[in-house]
Amino acid sequence: MERRVVITGLGAVSPVGNTVQESWDSLKTGRSGIGMLTKFDATDFKVSVAAEVKGLDLSLYLEKPEIRKNDLYTQYAIVAAIQAVADSGIEGRIDPERFGVYVGSGIGGISTTIENEHKLLEGGPRKVSPFMVPMMISNMAAGVVSIKCNARGPVLPVVTACATSTTAIGEAYRAIRHGYADGIIAGGSEAATMPLAVAGFSSCMALSKNPDPVTACRPFDQNRDGFVIGEGGVVLIVEELEHAKARGAHIYCELKGYGNTSDAYHITAPDPEAGGISRAIRMAMEQAGALPEEGLYINAHGTSTHLNDKTESIAFKMALGEAAYRCPISSTKSMTGHMLGAAGAMEALVCAKALEDGIIPPTIGYSEPDPDCDLDYVPNQARIFDGKWALSTSLGFGGHNGALVFRKYEEA
Amino acid sequence: MSTFERVVKILAEYDVETDALTPETTFESIGLDSLAIVEILMNCEDEFGVEIELEENPKTIGEFVALLDSIVD
Repeated sequence: MERRVVITGLGAVSPVGNTVQESWDSLKTGRSGIGMLTKFDATDFKVSVAAEVKGLDLSLYLEKPEIRKNDLYTQYAIVAAIQAVADSGIEGRIDPERFGVYVGSGIGGISTTIENEHKLLEGGPRKVSPFMVPMMISNMAAGVVSIKCNARGPVLPVVTACATSTTAIGEAYRAIRHGYADGIIAGGSEAATMPLAVAGFSSCMALSKNPDPVTACRPFDQNRDGFVIGEGGVVLIVEELEHAKARGAHIYCELKGYGNTSDAYHITAPDPEAGGISRAIRMAMEQAGALPEEGLYINAHGTSTHLNDKTESIAFKMALGEAAYRCPISSTKSMTGHMLGAAGAMEALVCAKALEDGIIPPTIGYSEPDPDCDLDYVPNQARIFDGKWALSTSLGFGGHNGALVFRKYEEA
Repeated sequence: MSTFERVVKILAEYDVETDALTPETTFESIGLDSLAIVEILMNCEDEFGVEIELEENPKTIGEFVALLDSIVD
């Protein structure tokens, strides 16, 4: 038997706010979280802007020893999970053995790795922290969230680069749909605003060199030149419908379709023919039974790299046909920057809030149309939305593609 | 300062409430696991200027102090 799956809780610490409410208020009013890079001295870097998490008071969520023993990427995941669990009211209302954690990270605890590399070089092997390995490994956010939330069911820390948390939410959907769990804490986190990661992304020509925080990330615009690195943690509570109804949970929306494909083409570049991502979209739309004519909002991956935005625009047309021209499409990365492993969950959150509130956040910084990107990108102004469907797409290094389809929740 | 007092000083950096500590206090009772004990021993290497091979598994602060004393002497 296939079961229905709904979203019943949201948690977010992001460049546009340290709670869901604050983040959503920023996005629907077009307020950007991109600013000058402050986390380290970027004088010698080609990159000078970032979308950093600002003013997060970790002591509201974590004891001092927990802060010391967890990498920042895990801290972000814990904060988002605590918020989402509280929002859903699921604590104590689910069998712990039917409660899972699918929280991933694209990179893991890279700052911890580097700090300990310095200790190794300066003081020798005996100076490397016993916490280095557990802090650095990219499954530890899921591990710690499972401990904090007493979730003893399936745990799957997904790693699909920038598609990580889309894949995590999609796999959580499948696990619940097919009866392996009743509730799953699903999402992702990332904390890679540090010199080595920024230098690496810069060397592989992914990051914008534009020093102006207002225009550095301008998805689908003719003059886009790369993404802006972001960070944070975002978590959704994915729950079986009857389980949610039985406990009187608030239902944000229904999760109805998921597609997961690979380009099998190149390590960093998307397939220019968009075969992989368009198949993922088609799979998710078909599984959901989604009809663009009923109103479909697309939250695009929209990184603001030349190749991504062009490829994605092709994919929307391949997968949806002429209907693609009538769908409002926005990239909230224009405000959040690219939260990497947390990006897909952030954008799933946007889909849930857009369906609930009937508002589509804009693509900001957009001024000059690109002939290769000829769809409706909801430039600069939020828009009222009364459609029934939302689609979120993600593409990751390695050629990983993910698509999720959400529907406005209705009883029948 | 006794070895015990010097260890208590290091434990204070681990957000441990130090007023009630005695040699009989177990690490478990103050929320420190085996990884934390290794880290504390590393910090003691700097404090005491010695190299410690952690083969023992001290359960109490007293056992930890005895281990340190046996190495320092």
